[in-house]
Amino acid sequence: MRNLAALACGLLFGVGLALSGMTDTAKVLGFLDLFGHWDPDLLFVMGAAVCVTLVSFRFVLRGKPLLAQAFDLPTRKDIDVHLLTGAALFGVGWGLFGYCPGPALSALVYLEPKTGVFVVSMLAGMALAGALGRRLA
Amino acid sequence: MTSYLTPLLGGLAIGLAATGLLYLLGRIAGISGILWAAIAGGLSHDSGWRWCFLAGLLLGPLLYHLVTATPYPAAPAAGLPFAVVGGLLVGVGTRLGSGCTSGHGVCGIGRLSVRSLAATVTFMATGIATVYLLRQLWGLA
Repeated sequence: MRNLAALACGLLFGVGLALSGMTDTAKVLGFLDLFGHWDPDLLFVMGAAVCVTLVSFRFVLRGKPLLAQAFDLPTRKDIDVHLLTGAALFGVGWGLFGYCPGPALSALVYLEPKTGVFVVSMLAGMALAGALGRRLA
Repeated sequence: MTSYLTPLLGGLAIGLAATGLLYLLGRIAGISGILWAAIAGGLSHDSGWRWCFLAGLLLGPLLYHLVTATPYPAAPAAGLPFAVVGGLLVGVGTRLGSGCTSGHGVCGIGRLSVRSLAATVTFMATGIATVYLLRQLWGLA
């Protein structure tokens, strides 16, 4: 039941990404091109998604999850150097190619070799970050 | 105006999907976190829902393009080196920064997390700066 629910949520998420234009790197880079030929369309993606979660999370978090004992939420509140460095590096990578993690995975179904290379590099980067984090710690 | 309609509807679908995952499984729909935890957890029982969510993430677009007969978007214009370096930075950055556009942007801001808001402002800023440097200053991409 939990797996079916997760599949349905992933499916809706994936439909949203494709429908919104997030799986189109030209669209994404046009949105990030604020000081050039800015394409504001994708502002509506984040805008609409956040409008939904801002309201819905309020109600959902008052109760209990339907198929789990309790909510499993991030607890950290500190804004540290790891967070900001990581976010900064992520943004650069996003601007270089035009995909963040979700759309990159969704776009795998287009069978474009460069997207495959991007996803493999992303996984390598995630593994590397673990080693890096251990060295820093 | 119609060019705003599909991003708007897509954004609503993403917000609803994140709401669904929180309501049903009590989890945050952060793709980079789900992806890495799925790989780290392998095929353990606990990771089952993650693999199912990721499967849906791939099936969704497939279904969307099939049902609506919308053509696939054009292949990414950026070359192979951009794919390699961009992918590496996205991978390192999202793990070091504990999240990406979905976890920090859509869900974190939804939870009124200041930490997520700081991360979102940061990656938006460096994303915009990167495209500015590439296109306006260096005439690339």
